Amino acid sequence: MLPGFGDKAVPDLGVEICGRRLKNPLVLASGILGTGPELLARVARAGAGAVTTKSCGLSPRRGHPNPTVLEWGHGLINAVGLANPGAEAMAQIIAEAKKLLAPLGTILIASIFGGTVEEFAETARVISEASPDFIEVNISCPNVEEEFGRPFATDPKAAARVTEAVKSSTHIPVIVKLSPNVTDIVQIARAVEEAGADAICAINTVAGMLIDVRAGRPVLANKIGGISGPAIKPIALRCVYEITRKVKIPVIGTGGVTTGKDALEMIMAGATAVGIGSAIYYRGIQAFSLIQQEMAGLMQELGYHNLEEVRGIAHRS
Amino acid sequence: MPTVHNLPIPFTISMVKDESPRVKTFVLDGELEAVPGQFVMVWLPGVDEKPFSLVNDSPVVLTVARVGPFTSRLHEKKPGDILWLRGPYGNGFSIEGKKLLLVGGGYGVAPLLFLARRAIKQGCSVNIIIGARCAEDLILAQDFKEAGCQVHLATEDGSLGFWGKAPELASKLIPELKPDVIYGCGPEGMLEALRELSSLWGIPSQLSYEGYMRCGFGVCGSCERKGWLVCRDGPVLKVGGHPQSSLW
Repeated sequence: MLPGFGDKAVPDLGVEICGRRLKNPLVLASGILGTGPELLARVARAGAGAVTTKSCGLSPRRGHPNPTVLEWGHGLINAVGLANPGAEAMAQIIAEAKKLLAPLGTILIASIFGGTVEEFAETARVISEASPDFIEVNISCPNVEEEFGRPFATDPKAAARVTEAVKSSTHIPVIVKLSPNVTDIVQIARAVEEAGADAICAINTVAGMLIDVRAGRPVLANKIGGISGPAIKPIALRCVYEITRKVKIPVIGTGGVTTGKDALEMIMAGATAVGIGSAIYYRGIQAFSLIQQEMAGLMQELGYHNLEEVRGIAHRS
Repeated sequence: MPTVHNLPIPFTISMVKDESPRVKTFVLDGELEAVPGQFVMVWLPGVDEKPFSLVNDSPVVLTVARVGPFTSRLHEKKPGDILWLRGPYGNGFSIEGKKLLLVGGGYGVAPLLFLARRAIKQGCSVNIIIGARCAEDLILAQDFKEAGCQVHLATEDGSLGFWGKAPELASKLIPELKPDVIYGCGPEGMLEALRELSSLWGIPSQLSYEGYMRCGFGVCGSCERKGWLVCRDGPVLKVGGHPQSSLW
C-alpha cells in the first residue's frame, strides 16, 4: 500500500496493454534479474506490475566472457551476449514462474531473440506452450553483432519480417523491442506496427564502449556494449515521444527510469507502461515500491487521478 | 560508507607465495576497505574476470587455487605485474559472540584468515578446522597459528591430522568448544553438512557460497540460487541467526 496519503484519494496507477490489466505501469526490463522463476517472483513481490524474462533463443548460449556488466559513473554498460538456457528450458522456467506469479496478479512477459527470422518464429512457438502473457521480441541486442550481424531493428523491412513471422507462430500478444541505435526509430516503429505488433518496447540499450587507459583496451570482453541507466533517459524520452506521435499501439517506455518523476516523464512522453532495469542497481529491488510511492505523491501534488490523464500530455503544442 | 570501485582499478603485485602445489597467494601494492567474506572481481585484460574473496584488505591479499584457464593465467603473474580489481562486493561475515568456530574446506579456508584476524583483534577466541583431501592441500595453517587461532587439521586420506572431512571433525569438537557461531567456507557439500550441524546444535552459522558471477552487484541474475543472489544477498548466508541486513 502507499503510505502518507491520509484520507486523500490515492492516484490510480493501473494501466492496460492489449486488454491485459497491469496493477501498476512498472515492468521489469529484460536482462535484469529475469533468470529464474523464484527471482521473477521476488521482483513481482517487490511490486512490479509485470516482469520480463531474460531473452532466450532456440538453443542454449554461454554468452560472452567477463567483464560483461560494469557501472561507469552515469549508468551501466553491459555485453552479456544473450546467455540463456535455450527455449525448451526457458519454457519450463516460464511455466514455473506463471504459477508463482498467479496469486500476485503480476503479468509475465517472455523475451525471445533469434539469429534468423525462422529462429525467432520457432522460439516463439516453443515459448508459447508455456503461455506467457506477452512475448517480447528482442530484435535490438547491440552485443552480438559479430555473430548475428546488424540487429534486425536497424532495418524496417527486416524488423517487419521478424514481427510477421512471430505473429504467425503464436496467438500470444507480441511486443517488439526497438533499438535507439538507428537513424530513424519512428520508421522502424511504423514498420513493426504495420507488420502486426501489438505493442512496442523502446528503447533497448545505447551502444557504447569503455576503455581502460592502463590496459590500453576496451574493458568489456566484447569491447562494445549497451549503455543503460540515468545517462540514457533523455534518449529514451525522445524516442518514446517520437514513436507515440506516429504509432497507435501502446509503448513500454524503457531507459534510465530511476525515480517516480522519471516514470511520469516517460508517461507524459506517451508511454503506456514503464520499463525498470538499471534502477535496481541504484535503489535495490525496492525500486518498484519506491517509484510507485513517488509517482503517486507527485501525481497527487500535480492533481492527477490516474495515468490516463498523464499519458502523452507532453505532446500538447 | 566504504568506497566501492565499480570500474577495475590497477594493483601491482608486490609478492607471490606458494601455499601448495595448486595454490598461490598474491600480495598487492594497494588497499581497499572491506569486510571479511566480501569479494572482488579480478580482471585479466584479454582473458576474463572472476570473483575472489579477499584474504586481507590493506594491503589487498588474494589466495588463488589453480582450477581452470583463468586461474592458470593468474598463476603466471609475477611481482611487478598488474591485476585489475573492482569491488569489494557482497555481504561478508559479521563477528557475533566471543567463541568462534571456523571451518574451511580446501582453498575455501582463505577468506576465513581475514575473519580470524579481525575477530582476534576484537578479543574473540577462534578455533579453525582446516580440511583438505590430503596433507599437501592443507593451506595457511601457520598463518592461522600466527594470528592466534587454535588450529585443527583434517584430511580425507588421513595423511595429516584427523582422518575424515572437516564437518566430521567439527561435530566432534562442537560439544567441547561450545562455539557461539560457526563460520564456514568451502565446497557445497561441506556447507550443507555445516548447515545440518548448525540446526542440530542450535548454533547460528554464517556460510560463504560460490556462484557464477557477471555483474557482481545484483542486477544480471547470473549467480541466482532459487531467488537468492550470491553476489548481493550473499556470498555469506546466515543460518539460524538474526536475519541478514541487506539492501533488499
